[in-house]
Amino acid sequence: MENGAVLEMRGICKYFPGVRALEQVDFTLREGEIHALMGENGAGKSTLIKVLTGVYPKDGGDVTLAGTPVHIKSPQDAQNKGIATVYQEITLCPNLTVAENMYIGRTKGPFTDWVKMNKKAEALLDELEIPAYPTEQLGNCSIAVQQMVAIARAVDMECKVLILDEPTSSLDEQEVVKLFKLMRNLKEKGVGIIFVTHFLEQVYEVCDRITVLRDGKLVGEYIIEDLPRVKLVSKMLGKDFDDMADIKSDSDAANTDLDGTPVYEAINLTGTTGIKPFNFQIHKGEVNGFTGLLGSGRSESVRAIFGADRVVGGKVMINGVPVKIRKPLDAMKHGISYLPEDRKLDGIVGDLSVRDNIILALQVMKGFFKPFSRAQAEKFADEYIKLLNIKTASQDTPIKSLSGGNQQKVILARWLLANPQYLILDEPTRGIDVGTKVEIQKLVLKLAAEGKSITFISSEIDEMVRTCSRLIVMRDGKVVGELKGDDLNQNKIMATIAGGESK
Amino acid sequence: MTESATNNSKSSAKGILLKIVRNQLFIPLAALLLLVLFNLFTDPGFFDIVLKPSSTGSLILSGNLITIIDNASELVILAIGMTLVTSASGGQDISVGATIAIAGSTVLRIVKTQASDIPGGKFAGIIIISFLLCVVVSAAFGAFNGALVAFFKIQPMVATLILFTAGRSIAAWINNNDNISINDNRFGYFGNFIPGIPVPTPVFITVICLIVIAVVLKLTNLRLYSQSVGINASSSRLNGINPKMIKLLTFVILGVCVAVCGFIKVSRTSSITYSVIANNIEMDAILAVALGGNNLGGGKFNLTASVIGAYVIQFLTTTLYKFKEIDSSSISAYKAVVVILLIIISSPYIRKRFDDLKNKRLAAKAQANVGKEAN
Amino acid sequence: MKKFVKMLVSSALVAAMAFGMCACNGGNGGATQAPTQAPAPTESATDAPADTTATGELIKVGIINNDPNESGYRTANDKDMKETFTKENGYEASFFYSLKNEDQIAAAQKFIQDEVDYLLISAAGTSGWDGVLEQAKKAGIKVILFDRTIDASEDLYEASIVSDMAKEGQQAVDWLASQGLSEYKILHIQGVMGSSAQIGRSGALNDKVKAEANWSIVKQQTAEWSEETAQQIVQAVIDSGEKFNVIYAENDNMAKGAVAALDKANISHGVGKDVIIIGFDCNSWALKELKAGNWNYDGQCNPFQAKYIDEIIKNGAKQKVVIMEEKGFDAKTITDDDVAKYGI
Repeated sequence: MENGAVLEMRGICKYFPGVRALEQVDFTLREGEIHALMGENGAGKSTLIKVLTGVYPKDGGDVTLAGTPVHIKSPQDAQNKGIATVYQEITLCPNLTVAENMYIGRTKGPFTDWVKMNKKAEALLDELEIPAYPTEQLGNCSIAVQQMVAIARAVDMECKVLILDEPTSSLDEQEVVKLFKLMRNLKEKGVGIIFVTHFLEQVYEVCDRITVLRDGKLVGEYIIEDLPRVKLVSKMLGKDFDDMADIKSDSDAANTDLDGTPVYEAINLTGTTGIKPFNFQIHKGEVNGFTGLLGSGRSESVRAIFGADRVVGGKVMINGVPVKIRKPLDAMKHGISYLPEDRKLDGIVGDLSVRDNIILALQVMKGFFKPFSRAQAEKFADEYIKLLNIKTASQDTPIKSLSGGNQQKVILARWLLANPQYLILDEPTRGIDVGTKVEIQKLVLKLAAEGKSITFISSEIDEMVRTCSRLIVMRDGKVVGELKGDDLNQNKIMATIAGGESK
Repeated sequence: MTESATNNSKSSAKGILLKIVRNQLFIPLAALLLLVLFNLFTDPGFFDIVLKPSSTGSLILSGNLITIIDNASELVILAIGMTLVTSASGGQDISVGATIAIAGSTVLRIVKTQASDIPGGKFAGIIIISFLLCVVVSAAFGAFNGALVAFFKIQPMVATLILFTAGRSIAAWINNNDNISINDNRFGYFGNFIPGIPVPTPVFITVICLIVIAVVLKLTNLRLYSQSVGINASSSRLNGINPKMIKLLTFVILGVCVAVCGFIKVSRTSSITYSVIANNIEMDAILAVALGGNNLGGGKFNLTASVIGAYVIQFLTTTLYKFKEIDSSSISAYKAVVVILLIIISSPYIRKRFDDLKNKRLAAKAQANVGKEAN
Repeated sequence: MKKFVKMLVSSALVAAMAFGMCACNGGNGGATQAPTQAPAPTESATDAPADTTATGELIKVGIINNDPNESGYRTANDKDMKETFTKENGYEASFFYSLKNEDQIAAAQKFIQDEVDYLLISAAGTSGWDGVLEQAKKAGIKVILFDRTIDASEDLYEASIVSDMAKEGQQAVDWLASQGLSEYKILHIQGVMGSSAQIGRSGALNDKVKAEANWSIVKQQTAEWSEETAQQIVQAVIDSGEKFNVIYAENDNMAKGAVAALDKANISHGVGKDVIIIGFDCNSWALKELKAGNWNYDGQCNPFQAKYIDEIIKNGAKQKVVIMEEKGFDAKTITDDDVAKYGI
C-alpha cells in the first residue's frame, strides 16, 4: 500500500457480452493530486469510472479506500464513501430546481428545510461563481451551467475522491478557466481528483499524473513531466502518432467549383426555433462551416436546412431547381444528409444493431415496402465497418454498447451509405478521442475532394480552421459574418463571434 | 480478444448452456416444458389425442392438447398486434377486450338478419361481408386509439382506457342490447369445426394470421421502423421515418387482429354477452408479450417469443381448470402466482444476473492466466 | 412512404364512414323494432291507465338502475320499467344508470332536489344509503327498492321487491332430485363469485350434495357468467375423461357455452339424453332450446318488477318485502305461450 493513496484499484476486470471492457487494470490516486485518466474511445476509461462509482459491479479485482478494502455496491454507496462524480452526460433532473438538484437524495429524514437548502445552495453558487439561482429550474439553464451545478453538488458533498468525466466538453474557455481554478482549490484541500478528458492541453494545464489505458488494459502510470505530449498520444494510440497539422495540404487541390450553380441554396430560410431568416449556399466540393457560441443558432440553422424543425418560409434550390423541404425525408431524397449534434438523443437508435443503424437512412429512402435482403444489409455494414474502422464485436452488437467515437462512426457510415451530394455534420467530433477526430477531419476533406459538399460544425475553432474554406459566423440567432481566405484564422473568428458587425 | 472470450464460452458445456439461457425464447419455452412435464407427471393421459365423431357425425380430433391450441387462438392473434403496439408506442392497448366485443357485435348485427336456411353461396357472401365490416370497424377503433397516442401523445394505457370503459356499451348499442343467438349451424364453423375437417377452425385461422404477419415482416420494413420508433422516435424522425404514422399503423394492425378474434369468439358459441365476452383478455395478451421477454417499454421485439408466451398462458389456464382441488374463487390467485414467477425469471434483472455469473467466470480465468504468466 | 400514408388515411376514412353507416342502421333498427315490442310484454301496461287518467296529474318517479348493458336480465328489467312508467300510465319518469354506488347516491340526491314523488332504486351496493334515504323521507318522497336490497332501516323505504336467489336454486335442485337418477354426477358452473345470484344458486346445490350420498360434484368452477369460459371449463373436464350426467350452470349463457363443448365432443344432452342441462334467467332463446328438448330445466329470475311497483304506488304496500313469484320450466311441460310470455 502506497503512502498517501486515497484510492487504490488492483486487478479490476469487467466484461460485457462479447467485449472485455477492463482486464487486470490497476489505478492509484494520491491525496491532493489531479490525475488524468487517458485513452482512446473504448479504452475503458468510462467503464473504470463506472466500476469505481458502483454503476457496474466489477467482475474481479479489489478496491481500497484510504487503506481499507471496500465493496462499492451502488452509486449511493459510492457517494456515502466519499466518491463523488460528475458525468459527461448530465445526470441531474431537469425538472427540479438548481438547489433541489444539489441536495436531492442527501437530506436526512423525510423532511426538507427548503429555506435553509436554498440559502446554502446560493452561498455555494456564489462562491463558485456559477450564474444560476437556487430556485431556477435546472432544465432552463444552459448545458454549461447544468454541468457546473453538477460539480457544485459533488463539491458540496465533501468528497475525498472527485471524478470529473469529460466535464469540459460542453464548457467554453472562460468556464473552463473557472473550473480549473475550482479544481486547484479542491486539490489544496487534499481532495484527489480523477480527470477524464480528450483535451490534451487541459491535461497538461492542471494534471499531476497520467494513467493511460488502451483496449481495456493498463498501459502505465506517468508523472506529467516525464511524458511529453507526443509520447502520450503514441501511448494512447499504441503507435507513432502522425501529426495532424498538415492534413489540409492535399485538399487544396479539391475540385471546388465556386462559380457554378450552388448544390444547395436557401434564400430567407425561416425556421421556428428562434433564428432570423438567413441566406445560405454551398457549392460542389466545398467545405464550409457555421460557427458561434453555444446557443448562437448554428445548429438551428442546419436543422432548418435539413427540415428537422418546422420551416415556415424561404426558398430552397437544389442545383438551381426550386424544391420544397418540409421534413427530413424530403431533404434526404434531395441528397442531403444530416449528422445531428446530440448523438445520443437524435443519432443512434440504441437497442438496434450496428447493422440496422448503418442501413437505416438508406433503407428509409428506399421505401417501406422494399426492405434490403439480409445479405445486402450485411454487405453494406461490412463495407462501412471496414471503411471507417469501426470497432465492434459484430454487426449484431447493439450500437449502445459501443464507445462514443465508434457510435459516431456508425452514424457517419449511415449517412455516407445514403450517398448524399450535400452532407451536414453537426459536431461530429464532440466527445471523441484525438485519433478518431483526425480520422473524421481527413474523411471530410477526402469526401470534398470527391466532389461532395460539406457543412462542418465544431466547437473547436482550430478544427474548423483546418477543414473549412468558408465560415459563417452566427450570434444570437443571426448570421453576423462570413469569413474566408486569409480571414480564416483564430483571431479574426473570435473577434467576429465576440461582436462588431463585420459588414 | 473478444474472440477468445466467446471461444471460452463455446468450449465448455456450461458456456453453451449459458448461451441458451440468454436466448429470448428460453424463458417461454422453458415454462412450456415445465407445464408439459407437470401435466405428464400428474396425469399421464394428459396428452392423449383421439379421433372420434362429433355430434354432427364427422370425425374430429380431441384431447387436452387440441383444446389448448384451439382456445389459445384468440390470444395468439392478439399477441401479434400487442407486440407491435408495444414495440412502436412503448405502451399497451388495454381496450382489446372491449373492442373484441364491438367486433363480435358488428358481425352478429349482419348475420342475425339472415334466415338460417339460406343457400351456401349467399351464406358465404354474408359471412364475408360481416367479416370485412368487422375488420373495418375494428381498424377504425384501432386508428382512434392510435391517433390519440401518436398525434395527441397520450400514454397508450390512458388513451385506450377510453374504449376500455366505453367499448362494451358501444358493442351493446350496435345490437340494441339484444340477446342474440344465431341458429344457423354453419355460423359456428369458424369457432369450432368445419364438417369433415378434424382440426378446429381457429387453429387454421391462427396459422393464417401468423403466416400473414411473417410475410408482412419479410416484405416490409415494419420491424425496423417500429423498433426504431420505439427506441428513439427523435432519431427515427431525423432518418426520414414518420413516427406518428408508424404508431398509428401498429394500432390499426392490432385493430385487424381484434377483428379476427371477435369473429372467432362469437362463432364459438354463436352468441354474445357484451359485458363478459373476451373478459380480461387484454391482460393475458400483455402478459404474453411480457412472458416473451419483450420490453414493455418499447423497442426490440420477438414475435415468436410472444406467440409462445400466449400458448403458455392458455396452457396454464387449461391446466388449472383440470384441478378439482383448486377452489373456484382462488383459481385466479394460482394463475397469478405462476405468472409472477415467470415474469420475474424473464425480467432484465435476472437476465443480467445470468450475465454476471458468466463474467465472474471469465474474470477468474483471466486471474488464473495472470498467475501463470507470473510463474 | 407517402403513398403508404395516403392509403392508410383513406382506409381510416372509409372505416369511419362505414362505421357511421352501421351506427345509423343501428339507430333505425331500434326505431323500427320498438313498436313491435311495445305491446308484447307484461300485463302491467294494460292494467293501469284507467286509474291515472282519473287523477289527471302525472306521478313523478326517479328511477335509479344498474347499467342495462350489464346483462340480458338487466336489459329486460330496464325495458319493463320504461314500458310501465309512461305518460299513458300516468307517470313522468326520469332514469339514471350506473354500476357505481356513489354515482347512484348522487343521482338520488339530485332526484330529491327535483322533488320527485317516488324514488325507485336498484342499488349497486348495499351500504351507504341511510343518509340520502333520510333526506328523501324528510322531503316526503317515498322510496321503493327493487331487485336489490340495502342495509338500512326498514322505516326508510316503503317496500322492497326482490328475487329470492336461494329459492330459485332450491326450486332447480328440487326439480333435479325429482328426476330420480340413481347417481348424480354434477358439473357445476358458477357465476361471478360473491354475487347474490351465485351465492343463492350455489347454496342450494351445495347443501343437497352434502346431504345425499349419491350426489357428487365432478367439477365446480366459476366461468364468471361467460359462455366462452364455460365452454373451456367443460372442454377441460371432457378432455380429462371424467364422467358427468348433469350440468348445473348458473345462467343461460354459461349453459350455452357448456352445451357447445358437449356438441363438439358428441355427448348427447337434453330430454332423455346423457346429460341434463340446467340454466337460469329464462332468455327467450334458452326457452326455445328447452322447448326443442335440448335443455332440461330453466329457472326464472324475474326481471319484471315494474308491475309490482306500479301496484304499490297505486294501492299502497301490503308488506315490506315482496318476493316475486318465480317459475322454473321443465322441458317436458313448457308451452309456446310460456316461451313468449316469460322469455326475456
